[in-house]
Amino acid sequence: MLRFLLNRTVAMVAMILLVTMAVSLVLTALPGDAARLVLGPEAPPERYEAVRQALGLHEPWPLRFFRWLAGACRGDLGFSFRYPGHTVAEILRRGLAVTLPLAGLVAFFSFVLGVLLGTLSVSRLGGLLDLLLSMGNQVFLAIPEFWLGILLVGFLSLRLHLFPAGGFPGWGEGRAWLHLALPLCVLALPRVAYFARLSRAVLADVLFADFVRTAWAKGLAERAVLFRHTLRPALVPLVAGLGLTFSRLLAGALVVEQVFSLPGLGGYAVEAAFGRDVPLLLGMSALVTAAVVVASTAADLAYGFLDPRIRAS
Amino acid sequence: MVAEPFLSPTPSHLFGTDWFGRDLLARVMVGGRVSFAVAFLSVAGGGALGTLLGLLAGYFRGPFGAAILGVSDGVLAFPPVLLALVLAAVLGRGIPGVVLALGLFNLPYFLRLSHAATLTLREREFVLAATAAGVSTARLLFRHILPNLASPLLVQATVSLGAALLAEASLAYLGLGVQPPHPTWGRMLGEAQSWLGRSPYPALFPGLVLALTVLGLNVLGDLLRDLLDPRVRPLLFSPFGPRPRGERKGEGGGAP
Repeated sequence: MLRFLLNRTVAMVAMILLVTMAVSLVLTALPGDAARLVLGPEAPPERYEAVRQALGLHEPWPLRFFRWLAGACRGDLGFSFRYPGHTVAEILRRGLAVTLPLAGLVAFFSFVLGVLLGTLSVSRLGGLLDLLLSMGNQVFLAIPEFWLGILLVGFLSLRLHLFPAGGFPGWGEGRAWLHLALPLCVLALPRVAYFARLSRAVLADVLFADFVRTAWAKGLAERAVLFRHTLRPALVPLVAGLGLTFSRLLAGALVVEQVFSLPGLGGYAVEAAFGRDVPLLLGMSALVTAAVVVASTAADLAYGFLDPRIRAS
Repeated sequence: MVAEPFLSPTPSHLFGTDWFGRDLLARVMVGGRVSFAVAFLSVAGGGALGTLLGLLAGYFRGPFGAAILGVSDGVLAFPPVLLALVLAAVLGRGIPGVVLALGLFNLPYFLRLSHAATLTLREREFVLAATAAGVSTARLLFRHILPNLASPLLVQATVSLGAALLAEASLAYLGLGVQPPHPTWGRMLGEAQSWLGRSPYPALFPGLVLALTVLGLNVLGDLLRDLLDPRVRPLLFSPFGPRPRGERKGEGGGAP
């Protein structure tokens, strides 16, 4: 167990290092340099030199990356170019305050609902309900989520005035949930379909196993057979999907966040890319990669709880 | 000749017109060209490179294979939209950055697929026979192993094409890819959002066509997988028959 954790931690650190190094290297290839971007084209040469010195741009790339890394280990990700006077860490914290709860809620609800629907499908395998659910999954997996968002804003917000059309007042306000309701639904729908499809496939595989036949032969109730004997061994790949979905959402909610003008990570990422904000892009890449790796490690750990055979090895 | 703006669908403008009075059907048809070109290019490029690297990693194994798999996992860990944004900061907002980002996003799926298949294929008797006959490594890989990968690769390509179309539309919505005034489905939706109060049709039709296209590709992928899998084929034409091992393989299109 300890050995496993140690191995995973080393792999995790290596992965984060690899990705940030690649991103940093790619961003170094930017034509024009950061000092020019901060100051604008008309700045006097001595100020330009001063800013270059201050940003450390006169140093070669390996040294700069090492400095950034040393800072990052202490939680100092540097200052943003696009939002002068704000640290990258502060901006990321502000974005996460919206994106993290959103991603968590979407992942949780779509997992529960999707697995329930998948189980329902399998309980009527080959029947009309199964066929309808499978067709629904196909449809919702093909619908672009931002299109759904735009249509819902047009109908529910602008026509019927049931929901605010966008923006976010902050967590203190009672209306905060009203602002999150539509984005939550829009993000959850294709993910419910994903989990329903995945769980149907995994469960259909388990359903023909001998131990499930034994459970039926013992005369257990359908609910017990499905949830206790079929779902449990099928949970491992589903939890893997949950980890992946959650970590993908941190950056993947970006487009829907833009549709509803939510001040999450997504908006900052777009601004950073178009404003060529190197430190912010680098910090965001590090954060998101770390989240992906942590989520997949957490999923691996969960396998051990779900499947004793994995725990043993 | 430009018609009145915000027309509802009529026989002369089947999809209606947009805020400038441009025919929506015509714009949707032209917009699809760019979306398809970008999706095809990225799937073909990423798929070819991914398959090649997967073949090599599967055949040679060892530290070389491990290194390729490690880098591929790193790419897989990086969210595609963020990748596209980072590349946009470097390459500008044009098409090359989008194709590169989507190609990189597609690459690991093909790599893992061909790697896994090559690992089992290299132990088979026909590979041993070819080696014994003195076939060169390159010929062995491309003439003996690669053809065996054709059907799973074809299925993956179909699913990937749908995913790439969706991703391209998202990026175009954010303002990446082909620039105005050329239409593309994703950006048409983005522009239509500000006119939602006036007419729903400019936002309705491009998305509907995109959704139907992706749906068609996904259904085609499912069908191809079942047709090409001899274990499932007998069950295929009994519409309600269970599909024992069918569904799991094509799941590689990427978690949403």
